Order: sequence, then structure tokens, then C-alpha cells
Amino acid sequence: MADGHQHPIEHRFNPYAENGGTVLAIAGADFAVIAGDTRQTEGYSIQTRYAPKVFKLTDRAVLAVNGFQADCSEFVKRVMQRIEWYRHAHSKQMPLKAIARMIQTMLYGKRFFPYYTYNILGGIEEDGTGAVYSFDPVGSYEREACRAAGAASSLIQPFLDNQIYFKNQTPAPGAAPFVPGNLPIDVVLPIVIDSFTSATERHIEVGDGLEMFVVVAKGRDVSQLASLNAEEIPATNPGEERVFIVRRELKKD
Amino acid sequence: MDHFPLSWGRPRNEAVDLYSTYPIHERQRHGQQHDAFAEGVQRTQQPLVTGTSVLALKYKDGIMMAADCLASYGSLARFKDITRLHAVGQYTLIGAGGDMSDFQYLQHLLNDLMIDEYTSDDGHKLGPDEIYHYLSQVMYARRTKMNPLWNTMLVGGFKDGQSFMGYVDLLGTTYTASTLASGYGAYIAQPLLRKAVEGRETTLTEEQARAIIQECMKVLFYRDARSLNKYQIATVTERGVEIGDAISSDTEWAFAEKIAGYGGQP
Repeated sequence: MADGHQHPIEHRFNPYAENGGTVLAIAGADFAVIAGDTRQTEGYSIQTRYAPKVFKLTDRAVLAVNGFQADCSEFVKRVMQRIEWYRHAHSKQMPLKAIARMIQTMLYGKRFFPYYTYNILGGIEEDGTGAVYSFDPVGSYEREACRAAGAASSLIQPFLDNQIYFKNQTPAPGAAPFVPGNLPIDVVLPIVIDSFTSATERHIEVGDGLEMFVVVAKGRDVSQLASLNAEEIPATNPGEERVFIVRRELKKD
Repeated sequence: MDHFPLSWGRPRNEAVDLYSTYPIHERQRHGQQHDAFAEGVQRTQQPLVTGTSVLALKYKDGIMMAADCLASYGSLARFKDITRLHAVGQYTLIGAGGDMSDFQYLQHLLNDLMIDEYTSDDGHKLGPDEIYHYLSQVMYARRTKMNPLWNTMLVGGFKDGQSFMGYVDLLGTTYTASTLASGYGAYIAQPLLRKAVEGRETTLTEEQARAIIQECMKVLFYRDARSLNKYQIATVTERGVEIGDAISSDTEWAFAEKIAGYGGQP
């Protein structure tokens, strides 16, 4: 190159980092579970043992976000502000599918300098069903029954495919066919906890603590949550959907 | 002859098409591609005069932070009486590693911010949490412009009976924890700090905290080649920010006589 001699060789500044951790979400018929570990890492170092990755957006929507921490917190901050503006403008909380589409446009808006974030949105749809939306960093999204993202996604997703989507399972002769997305909450939560304890064993960037948000449809019985030490997050509109949080310790080594 | 007026008066080189062999629409432009000022804009692509680790921990009465007094120029120990701990108002302390000129710029920025807040006279005072978020937004905005401020900073403070400790770096990455260490300290001092502090944040006395910090600074001086055995310890408590005078640790080098195999002895 003719220019090669005139300029010093530039070592380009890399504006991204990867901060480990893993998130997942599973939808039930009338609830959704959105979970994430609380470890934050860079390289082989644990930066902190408690950095939340899962955030309550409305009474019926919870967002899990994972990837580059600075982009994650910036993105969540912007999403929360637009949801607040929506509430002031329309005197109602933004519906789940509308939040999903909004996240799509916000991510694609930075298509050529993307937020390095993997988002999973979970909650209750307007028809009262549990839903999970998953996104890639530039905004491609779809509604699913379950999704894992982040450092240990390759460990957890195949497990969920088997346990939630019943992949490679065959119903007993004469039994009804499997329908994904209908498991009861007392089956789903142990699957979530097992996913994270297993990922903690095999992935160095996962561990320290687990936060599971449970969004429950209007009028649904929540007696099963009481035995799990679930803590209710006060609702903006009491008597509608409810959000609970269940915390567990994970190994710290 | 190059008949294209834009090419006149520019230094000639072999790339210049003297006889206009290319038609105008696909003629290559020679010399400077853009105006002369673009090359004059400097971005920090690498730090120049640098500070090394900063350590911080929480204890019973507030937070304690330490940083040595060295600003290195590459491997040269260039400035040996630099203060890398900086008070912001009466509740907050920041400790900086990385580029010292970028840190001075941030000190000015924070000073301007505090003057603005003081003159607004609204009965509110910025606490460590606000300073932390302000800094993280400045750092994230600059990284997004691909023109980062090349620093890692620890923010510590004590306000309304609550201690606060947070980390901010050149990428805008942030986190809070009860023990923090930047730079080499993240590898060498952080394990020692965690072992000594985790679970004891509300019971450690100032003397115990000081002993832990001094031990870590000594280990860092033994192992970090860009460190200096002259450092400051600061606290933020109910009494406000107190930055101590420079001190040093007692070190033991008798073992060095017996080291063989690299350098001194065969």
C-alpha cells in the first residue's frame, strides 16, 4: 500500500467486551419464568458476584439481558424509559407483544454499531398466556416456549429442547402427544434450577447467585410459590398480573 | 501535465497522474484525501503516562481506598509524587488507573459539575451513587464515539449512613462490590481482599481494614513492575473524605541474594 509508510500502524480500539453469565426463560400456559445468574466476569476474573441481569419492566413483562455489560445496562435503561413514556402517553402498561416489537426496532436501529446484547423477554400476553420472546443483537426475534442465551447457552439449550420441547422423547403407546409450553410451575422451576447448577459446574463464567422471576397471569393460584420463598414485587396495578422473584445461591468457585 | 486544478500545488509523487491518462470521472485523487485538520485530531488509542492498580474495600465505618504515587511513562518510573485519589464533594472519592492526562480531564469535568450543582443551590448534594452514574455515562459516551478516556476508576463513598463502592472503565463497564481492585490488583490483590473482607463488611474495624490494604499494597509492590513503594490510603466515613499522606511498607529483600538462574547470578 502506498499509504502504509505514512501512517503508524494503528492498533484499533475494541469497543466491546464479553461479560459472561447466562439467562433463560420458559413459558407455561398462564405463567412465565425468566432467570439469570448474577456473576459478572471479564476474562478469567470475577468482577462481581452480584450484578443483576433480569429486570421487571411492567406488571406483566420481565427482560433478561446478557452480553456486553455496558451495552446491556444502556439498553435496559432506554427500554425502561420508553415503557414509562408509553404509560404516561396512553394511561396503560405497554403490552408484551408491543414491548417485543419495540425492542426489535431499538436493536435494529443500531444495526451498524450494534448493542452487543442477547435479550430474552418473558411475561403474560394480552390473552393471558405465558410467552417468551428471544432476540439476537440486531433485532431478529420470535416467540418461543423456551430459550437460553449467554455464556452457557450451548449447555442449557439442548437440555431445554429435551425437557420443554420433548425433543428425542416418544410418548408411551396410547398416551397423548406432547405439547410444549404447558408444563406446570412445580416442574418448570426445578428445571431452571437444575439448568443453572449444571451450567455452574461446567462453565467458569456462570455461578454465584440465581434470580428467577415468575410472572403469573391474572387470577392464577400462587400457592405453589409460597413454599419456594418467593418474594412478590409490588404491582403498579394490583389485582392484575403479578411478578414474584425467587433467589437461590450458586457455587462461588 | 496535470490539467486538473485540484491537483496543483501538491507534493508530487509517483502516484500523480502527470499526463492525465485517466478520464476525469475515474481519476484518482492524490495527496490528502480530506482536509488538513483531520490529521491533527488526536484520539487516545493507547495510554501514555499511566497509573497502575487502585484497591478499595468496605469496612464498618465506610470505605477505604489505596493507590500508589507513581505515574509511569512506559517502563520508566516518570513521576513519583502523583496523587491518584481524588475527592469529589464531601461524600465521594475516586481512584484512577490508566492514562493520567485523561484522569486530569475527568477531574476538571467533575469540578465543573460540582460547581454547577453548588450554584444551583437546590438543597441537594451529589453522593457517590450519582458521581458513579455520571462517570459511567461519560465513559460510555466516549467509548461509543470510538474516542475513549483510557482509565479504570473506582468510586467510593459514604452518604446518609450508606457506603458505596463501584467500578467504571474505558468501555463504560460498571459494577459494584464490597472489594474492588483495578489493573494488576484485580489479579493479585482481589483474591486477598475477598478472603479478608467478604462477609465481614459490617464488622471490620478501621485498623483491620488498614492492615489488609497495607498487606495488599506490599504484595503488589513485590509483584507489579509498574508500582512504587509509596502510596496513599484514603477513607470516606461519616467524617467525610480523608486522604492520608504518602506512606511505604517495610519490605524484605534478603532472599534476592540467593536467586539464581535469571539475571544476577549464574
